[in-house]
Amino acid sequence: MIEIDDLTVRFGGVTSLDGVTVRLERPLCGLIGPNGAGKTTFFNVLSGFVTPAAGSIRAFGTDLLALPHFRRARWGLRRTFQTEQAIESLSIFDNVAMVWEHTTSGRAGRDEDVLRAIAFVGIRRDPHAKVGALDAHERRLVELARAVVGKPRVVLLDEPAAGLPDEETEQMGQVIRAIPTDIGAMVILADHDMNLVSGVCEETMVLDFGQVITSGPTADVLRDERVVSAYLGGEAVTS
Amino acid sequence: MASNASPPAFRPPAFPPSGAAPSADGALVRALRRVGLEPSDRGHLVGVAVVLVVGLGIFPDALSLFWVDTFIQVAIYAVVALGLGLLVGQVGMFSLGQIAILAVGSWTAARLDYATHLPFVVVLLAAGVVAGVFGVIVGLPALRLSGLDLALITLMFAGAVTVVLNTTNFPNGGHGFLGYTSSPFGNPPIRRPSFAGTDPAYLRYSIVVGLVLFLLVIWHVRTKPGRAWATIRQSESAAYAAGINVTFYKLWAFALAAFVTGVAGAVLAASAPELYNTQFATQNSIELLAVVLMGGAYNLWGAVAAAFFLDFIPSLLNTWNLSSFLLIILFGVGVIWVLVTSPTGFAGQFPKDMARLGRALRRLATKGRGAPPMAPAVPAGPTMPSAMPAGPTMPSPADRPEPAGGAR
Repeated sequence: MIEIDDLTVRFGGVTSLDGVTVRLERPLCGLIGPNGAGKTTFFNVLSGFVTPAAGSIRAFGTDLLALPHFRRARWGLRRTFQTEQAIESLSIFDNVAMVWEHTTSGRAGRDEDVLRAIAFVGIRRDPHAKVGALDAHERRLVELARAVVGKPRVVLLDEPAAGLPDEETEQMGQVIRAIPTDIGAMVILADHDMNLVSGVCEETMVLDFGQVITSGPTADVLRDERVVSAYLGGEAVTS
Repeated sequence: MASNASPPAFRPPAFPPSGAAPSADGALVRALRRVGLEPSDRGHLVGVAVVLVVGLGIFPDALSLFWVDTFIQVAIYAVVALGLGLLVGQVGMFSLGQIAILAVGSWTAARLDYATHLPFVVVLLAAGVVAGVFGVIVGLPALRLSGLDLALITLMFAGAVTVVLNTTNFPNGGHGFLGYTSSPFGNPPIRRPSFAGTDPAYLRYSIVVGLVLFLLVIWHVRTKPGRAWATIRQSESAAYAAGINVTFYKLWAFALAAFVTGVAGAVLAASAPELYNTQFATQNSIELLAVVLMGGAYNLWGAVAAAFFLDFIPSLLNTWNLSSFLLIILFGVGVIWVLVTSPTGFAGQFPKDMARLGRALRRLATKGRGAPPMAPAVPAGPTMPSAMPAGPTMPSPADRPEPAGGAR
């Protein structure tokens, strides 16, 4: 359960997030909105790259804003980026182990956890292969494996399937759907791909011009006329 | 990376998702990985063995004193290049202050030597630690700056150290830690370990110290800090998101690089009868960066190549009575060559060229059987494109097409 109250982010004169107040309760949440709506800014605030001008974020009872960004990873926050960030000079194993060892205390069980995460996302390769030799789909899966290793509590996925063909997107959707049950983490999925979001997310919030237009069960949200008009480029509809 | 190469065979998952221990690798491989070694390191181990046998056994006694001195310098500057290679290649931070750090190490060692009777190993470690502290101080701007800005700041530091060395008449070897002597006979020589008094013995000592420092850095690079550095180098955002304390790991890289450089400085202090502040001129740091790029900043063995460029080639020019200005031209061309054609430098390019040469020789050998022995020599220089002409001999069924794109 993530409770966000009155979250406001300004860059100079631009208000990127404008008093966002929302309760995310389901384990699979979608975040949609047109380009520039504030989705990535929203993720950046959650993960600590952007400091909000006002507002509060409580995730499972913890005040996230009080933690510096690298400590949020240790708390259990994971994220992927719109632009793929698999570390090329490291192997698949090292990419995932890197997250594990900076988010988990102690050393016991690392190899098992890392290999399980790699198997969970469905990478069928020698884990000691260099990431630089992988194709786009596999690199995306490496990122996903990094996001699920080391007992995460909240996983933020920023367009995880961007640029992938339908079949691979579908496969990735299946993996994401399994995160709450198999990994035990809550997922927030930001994407433009409505098939992916509606196939994965039980609950969805919609941002437009930095404000929450609506949130609720995904099927209802996608039928909402304000959402339709936001996506078709209509004027901002106030609620 | 050959993106057009056929992907490896599709394997079934080698690891049961239940989290049982991996069965595909033997216990030995897993034990090796725990200390950061890979099964593919055989080549490196062979290299280390060759250095040990040649460098410690026959070599030092077979050389003239001139070349012994040269190779002592090569061993020392290989470690200095290693420190800079660590910063540039592993973490992506450019420092132009490494020679100043070397000066700090040398100065500390020289003064400890004049002032105390500590064993040489303790002097080495102390020089490393003091240099490490300076490394962290130089590294502090790296938390805010990167690229050219950071390089400039570190260059300013190097300049400041040069000024201090000049104004204090470095290394002014009087009594005590800060004593000063105006003796016209120069400073007393700096003690060497008792078992390494002669130059050949000191060469062996320098090689061993260098190897230990290399192993220290390799161990770092292959384990937790190395993974953190690789992540920071590619994307600081990804590093933060992965929970990496970027500040800490950047400073750690500076501290480690400075530590090995400081130890090298102590070895340098005892290598020559006397230290001169001209050895630590500001522009030497720039030259160091040039040779590190040429040697290969992304490969730790590139540091060895860099040291050969820096110390071996000048000695070679010297014995051939060639102008040392030639060196500057060589370095200039070399850096351009690296930046344009081969970003992995000598250490990255050389094995590829050797593999290609080996393939060419093997092909010649297979062709040679039953063919006239005077088959034209296949040119296989370092810049040879891989699609080399097969020569006028008839293609035999054993011929296999050369993989395309090998030059990258």
